[in-house]
Amino acid sequence: METGSAGSAEDTGAGDGEPVWTGLPPGLLRMRRLLLVVWLGLTAVATGLLLGLTAGPVWASIALLPSALTAWGWVMLGRNWRSWRYAERADDLLISRGVLWREETVVPYGRMQLVEVTSGPVERHFGLASVQLHTAAAATDATIPGLDPAEAERLRDRLTELGEARSAGL
Amino acid sequence: MTVPGREDAVSGKPSVTERRLHPVTPLRRAWAPIAVVAGWAVHDPDQAQRHLTRLTTTTLTAALAVLVPAAALYGFLTWWFTHFAVTDTELRIRTGLLFRRTAHIRLERIQAVDVTQPLLARVAGVAKLKLDVVGTDKRDELAFLGEGEARALRAELLARAAGFAPEAAHEVGEAPSRQLLRVPPRVLAVSLVLTGATWGSLAAALVVPPLLWLGTHSVWTVLASGVPLLGAAGASSVGRFVGEYDWTVAESPDGLRIDHGLLDRTHETVPPGRVQTVRMVEPLLWRRRGWVRIELDVAGSSNSVLVPVAPREVAEAVVARVLPGVTVPTATSMARPPRRARWCVPLWWRGYGFTATDAVFAARHGLLRRSLALVPHAKVQSVRLTQGPWERARGLADVHVDTGADKTVTARLRDAQEAAELLREQAERSRTGRRGARPDRWMT
Repeated sequence: METGSAGSAEDTGAGDGEPVWTGLPPGLLRMRRLLLVVWLGLTAVATGLLLGLTAGPVWASIALLPSALTAWGWVMLGRNWRSWRYAERADDLLISRGVLWREETVVPYGRMQLVEVTSGPVERHFGLASVQLHTAAAATDATIPGLDPAEAERLRDRLTELGEARSAGL
Repeated sequence: MTVPGREDAVSGKPSVTERRLHPVTPLRRAWAPIAVVAGWAVHDPDQAQRHLTRLTTTTLTAALAVLVPAAALYGFLTWWFTHFAVTDTELRIRTGLLFRRTAHIRLERIQAVDVTQPLLARVAGVAKLKLDVVGTDKRDELAFLGEGEARALRAELLARAAGFAPEAAHEVGEAPSRQLLRVPPRVLAVSLVLTGATWGSLAAALVVPPLLWLGTHSVWTVLASGVPLLGAAGASSVGRFVGEYDWTVAESPDGLRIDHGLLDRTHETVPPGRVQTVRMVEPLLWRRRGWVRIELDVAGSSNSVLVPVAPREVAEAVVARVLPGVTVPTATSMARPPRRARWCVPLWWRGYGFTATDAVFAARHGLLRRSLALVPHAKVQSVRLTQGPWERARGLADVHVDTGADKTVTARLRDAQEAAELLREQAERSRTGRRGARPDRWMT
């Protein structure tokens, strides 16, 4: 079911033809996978040691659970990362994401109230930044995570410029 | 304290004359200590009783001698330090005794102007004026102004916001208005009787306390549950009747005027082109009489009812005035979801419907209580398409349209192909729709 859905997601993207989609750089995937392996790896080692020492080696096999979760998460993160893409069109920005729960957002440039570039400590360490667009509607959830800081700034400047040119009130 | 240089710059301009609120305002503040004591007594009755018995006449008078002047002084000082001024582009409110606060509200961003008169204010001949701009809150209202002054100020603010020259704005005066609709009290009463929520809250207030009495035999639990329930029942029946009494909708060059209230009078003005969403709600029991309620969303404003009850044809005529060039789509012109949608939402899938005319995005939902939402294309902030795994298996998707009033209208369970096209078309439509939109200053 899941592989099928991923395939269809790519099909519809290729079918549009018109917008030029840009994917996310691999840095985000690397960061997320590393965090996953570190946290779940630590959990696996901790449970393995704790149960192995207190309850016997049979119980220690429970530590396989986080390991399996790591493998599953590894694949899921990859699919989720592949699903994120955005396209700058003449008058609006398209953001498409999600594997199981797909969401595609169109934000006209004239409607942007604020463009935000954020970067947390972990993201900064990996050289990543996210761009977030705000319109007057709080429900508009238009975020592009894991961009190159240079690309994020280029996008911010371009969006602000286009937003000013096409600005419209409420 | 504000920076002295800046204050000089502001007061140095000859055109800005600062005004104070009506002198009756301090009395409003004087209620605060009494309300605090009353609230404490209600909250903790046992202890309040014990304290009361211990109080002697001397302590009581001493407390009063301290409290009343303190409250009066506080009221007087807050009034003394509150100023407002109307400039060419802004309404400035300067307030605060210890923590200074200056609000500059831009007039071309006005979404609505409300003049409200609570019962006591009507007796005193004063009114509150509130300018709704995205982000304003309760602190930004001017309470209280003289009744005539409030009307004059509203007219002036609207004239300036409309784009009249500053010199002329003072003389333009109130724009003439034409009444569109008036809800007769009998119709309002019948409509409330035919509302499920009224009966639900009444039934809860009558059933729950006796049951609790049987269960616990404690007077306090019964009171604690009964009083709020009775309050809710009162608010949803009598409260709504009193609040929506004599509901009048009128049209003027300054936009819609909505006046209502039996005890507390409210006068709202929504300038042209400020309405983000219009909803037409048809509760089950109103259907036989062909009545509907119209709700509207304006950014930054909390008022949501446009017409509490009206026959459908009258309501549609009002909608056509509120959203110029819009005709309410008929039920038959709304496309239902494909039949396979019944696997996603059994039975209720029939209630969904969608159509897009060249002026509005219209989506319907609900089977028993039908609701039809209209969003002018020019008001669309963003368009989203969402599709869950279960919907994808059936080849369906939802299209959401977000408006500036923080409301989202959804066309649910459309065919996936159609939804993808709709997403593109809607983005295009709202872009072109914005070109034809009226300017913020509607008289220019």
